Amino acid sequence: MYTSPRAKLVNVSTIGNPVLDEEAVRRIVRSEIEHADAKDPGTASAALIASKGTLDWAYPPLILATTAASLGMEASIFFTFYGLNIVHKDYDRLLKVSPLGNPAMPMPVPMPNLVLGLPGMGPIATKMMQSKFRRKNVTTIRELLDLARDLDVGLIACQMTMDAFGYKADDFIQGVRFGGAAAFLAKARKAHLTLFI
Amino acid sequence: MASTDIEAKVVVDARGLLCPMPVVKTAKAMKELQTGEVLKLISTDRGSVADIPAWAESTNNELIEWHEEAGDFVFHLRKGQGG
Repeated sequence: MYTSPRAKLVNVSTIGNPVLDEEAVRRIVRSEIEHADAKDPGTASAALIASKGTLDWAYPPLILATTAASLGMEASIFFTFYGLNIVHKDYDRLLKVSPLGNPAMPMPVPMPNLVLGLPGMGPIATKMMQSKFRRKNVTTIRELLDLARDLDVGLIACQMTMDAFGYKADDFIQGVRFGGAAAFLAKARKAHLTLFI
Repeated sequence: MASTDIEAKVVVDARGLLCPMPVVKTAKAMKELQTGEVLKLISTDRGSVADIPAWAESTNNELIEWHEEAGDFVFHLRKGQGG
């Protein structure tokens, strides 16, 4: 019969007790997980990059980071290039969706790209998605940003892209810190979970 | 165990909320509880059925039971050691 090498530590005796009950098994599994986690803190860390500045692409990094924090992980998001839109003070106006060249976007009627390229189609598509999200009670970007700060998710804006785009520190929401590739990599090398979004 | 027999210390009402809110609200409320105390979550988000067990397993909290009740998903979670 298999006995965990740490069974002793968690006070499970198999002598005269050949069948482990559920509670004992749980205790062993818990201890094994704790042991593995203690040896490898990378399992408790998530480092994400948000590189896209559209309304649809603002969701994945914010949802994953707030959920990671809710799982007890230390989470951070590095906002680079168009991803800076997400933490810009003006995110509500900047985050849009474009139907152009996006055949996956649900439309009330099929429309050729030529029509989608007409002036005004972008704002219409953005309004459509915003009202769909509101109707379905999807969490708003504002709520997710508030949550992220509340849960101590690290929000780091890429200094190089800020300089290139002409943004100042003042252009960003409260709680954003600034850094470069090394700031991200220093966190990412200690995290098992790294995603480029 | 019938869910009516379980006494919850706190009830989290996440009805009408979508991902990630049921998990986030549960995690926040659980922080305020002591080990062994029970949290009851009511959600209408079908994703909770997969997410809440995954959250519980990953955070060392115990999902005592869950069931569907008039279109709501009801979960009873016991705070674990360090959960």
